[in-house]
Amino acid sequence: MDAGHDTNPRVGFFVTCIVDAMRPNIGFASLKLLEEAGCTVEVPAAQTCCGQPAFNSGDDATTKRLAKQVIEAFEPYDYIVVPSGSCASMIRSHYGELFDDDPAWRDRQRVVSAKTWEILSFLTDVMKYAPKASYAGTATYHDSCSGLRDLGVHDQPRALLGQVDGLSLVPLEGNNECCGFGGTFCVKYPELSTAIVTDKTTKIKATKADTLLGGDMGCLMNMAGKLSREGEDMRVFHTIEVLAGMADGPGICAPKLK
Amino acid sequence: MKQTSHQFSENVTRALAEPTLKIALDRTTTLLRTRRAKVIDAFPEYAKARETAQKIKDHTLDNLGHYLRQFEENAIASGAQVYWAATPAEARKTVTDICKAEGAKTATRVKSMLGEEIGIGEALADAGVERIETDLAEHIIQLAGDPPSHIVMPAMHKTQEQVAELFAAKHKEPSEEQDVTSLVGSARRELRAKFMNADISISGANFLIADTGSFVTVTNEGNAELTTTPPKTHIVTVGIEKIVPSLKHAAVFLRLLSRAAIGTEITQYTTFFNGPKRDGDRDGPENLHIVLVDNHRSDMLSDFLRPMLRCIRCGACMNHCPVYAAVGGHAYGAVYPGPMGSVLTPAMTGLKGSKDLPNACTLNGRCREVCPVNIPLTDMLRALRAKQFDEGMPTPMTKWALRLWGVMATRPALYRFGTGVSNMALRLLARGRGKITSVPLAGGWTRTRDLPEPEAGTFMQQYKKRR
Ligand code: SF4
Repeated sequence: MDAGHDTNPRVGFFVTCIVDAMRPNIGFASLKLLEEAGCTVEVPAAQTCCGQPAFNSGDDATTKRLAKQVIEAFEPYDYIVVPSGSCASMIRSHYGELFDDDPAWRDRQRVVSAKTWEILSFLTDVMKYAPKASYAGTATYHDSCSGLRDLGVHDQPRALLGQVDGLSLVPLEGNNECCGFGGTFCVKYPELSTAIVTDKTTKIKATKADTLLGGDMGCLMNMAGKLSREGEDMRVFHTIEVLAGMADGPGICAPKLK
Repeated sequence: MKQTSHQFSENVTRALAEPTLKIALDRTTTLLRTRRAKVIDAFPEYAKARETAQKIKDHTLDNLGHYLRQFEENAIASGAQVYWAATPAEARKTVTDICKAEGAKTATRVKSMLGEEIGIGEALADAGVERIETDLAEHIIQLAGDPPSHIVMPAMHKTQEQVAELFAAKHKEPSEEQDVTSLVGSARRELRAKFMNADISISGANFLIADTGSFVTVTNEGNAELTTTPPKTHIVTVGIEKIVPSLKHAAVFLRLLSRAAIGTEITQYTTFFNGPKRDGDRDGPENLHIVLVDNHRSDMLSDFLRPMLRCIRCGACMNHCPVYAAVGGHAYGAVYPGPMGSVLTPAMTGLKGSKDLPNACTLNGRCREVCPVNIPLTDMLRALRAKQFDEGMPTPMTKWALRLWGVMATRPALYRFGTGVSNMALRLLARGRGKITSVPLAGGWTRTRDLPEPEAGTFMQQYKKRR
């Protein structure tokens, strides 16, 4: 990427299907921070889903159709930024597996994949952004698997959250262990998924934190849903909501404020 | 063992209902994870060693025929007899033929997963040979009548308390005490005489060394040495992928294997065998038979499963797998459990009878991260799903749902409409409580978890209004 782009890059924001459907606040928090960081942000209308549900179900033909749709919609931008490690990794690390026998698309795919970023690492590594937010609470952090292992997102959220006034971060035992969400896994194998998330919530509760943060709405929904069913009143937010000062509303699964 | 991977879901339900299983699994997997992390941290050349190990295996697989022939030649020159078995049945027959020719009544056995894979227990029973398992954990499961539930720790599903009960019931002179040392003492009293009087010993091998015709076993109990030394005949059954070009290559793996497996720098006993007893040797077997087993390894060599042949059977992938840690090895219903098993079982026994295995995985990637030979387990599990899809294996319901979703997702305007409708429907179900406790058709989620109430309007709807 040439350096001139990094002062005022044109960013295509890929909201992801889960954030679109469940928690737009994460999307708006992302737009706010990207703009504050100096990006010109657009939201291409021709976006739906990155294709993971099809990819992880072995339906490569559908995945390819969706991948082409993403590539076409996002080609014009300097960067594609995604508020999810898992969807960012799908575009960045896995699209390459789809176009082995299709050289024309493969070249386009490579360009798009290479400029796709998970938002927390983008703000830190590319934009060198320093947040100006405050949050009163003690939080613990869960590292979602694809972001952590495919994209190396680990230090960035901690560095960003370390600059938030009033927030203290306590370590989570097994922070790098899967929460049991797994996309289609959680509906195909609900018993297994429940067993795994039960271990996770046990460890979350042991931190005595009042807030759980992470970078993937799928995993957050899984953990928040389980905590809520267990009767816990833990506040669960996407990190970006805290960084944007937009974690003043109810957390995931929490009752609406009156 | 009887394969039950076709009823994986039932196996899972049963495993989750078994309270002591979770205790046993938590104790051991936690210990193994912690110890592994510590010993890998203290091994500065780990990344380099892992890379070298992968290269050695890849090179050897690229030239597998060459190295196997070289091994055969050198093993024969050392005085061993070498056999080739394409299938488990052929391997079993080779073993039982040797037993019959020797008139063997008893065989001591050193734990080997290849032995399980070819069904050596059943073969010996059919041939009327008494099988004596000499590995402590194998001894436990032999007494209990269980198949192994882990490739390194076959009795991982049992708690120490259960082992104490078992020994008290089955041993001739059980110990009063239930601590580990006393339990081991009890097993020792039970087994020692049998070690000395067996007619035949049977082991596997961790490595075959091509340029010397030797082979290597690693144990932490010393039972491989004690088992294979007294009897007149030693039979080795081993998979063809265990070959490495020379001793110095084996050394790279020896530095990785025990660290990955149990978090120690090296195994307590590492033995290099070369040929049978020679003139002037004080002990050792007079006859050495080496059975090289294929069982679909050649098939794997030529397709996308090839990297799986790098596996050194350390078990790290299952020790770090959340699914394994939840249900243990028996739920997989096959010889090899955990992530590596979910790749190997379909490859060795067919995808039809093990449909669930590649799917029952969150693709979190921890297995690959801890694998000492960097096997892309999650990529292969995903590729097996694609193979299932191409072969038309998913249920009609899954296919229908995927197709509908695919139609929507590739038409953004239609998709917008659909998400708008489901947004309203979910909000109706939530009735303003912030969470939804039951969703039709999504009982898998809502039976145990709440679903958040979506915001009023999707992101795309709200965004359009704002701009
Ligand atoms: S796949 Fe890797 S981690 Fe698993 S048993 Fe084989 S070598 Fe060990």
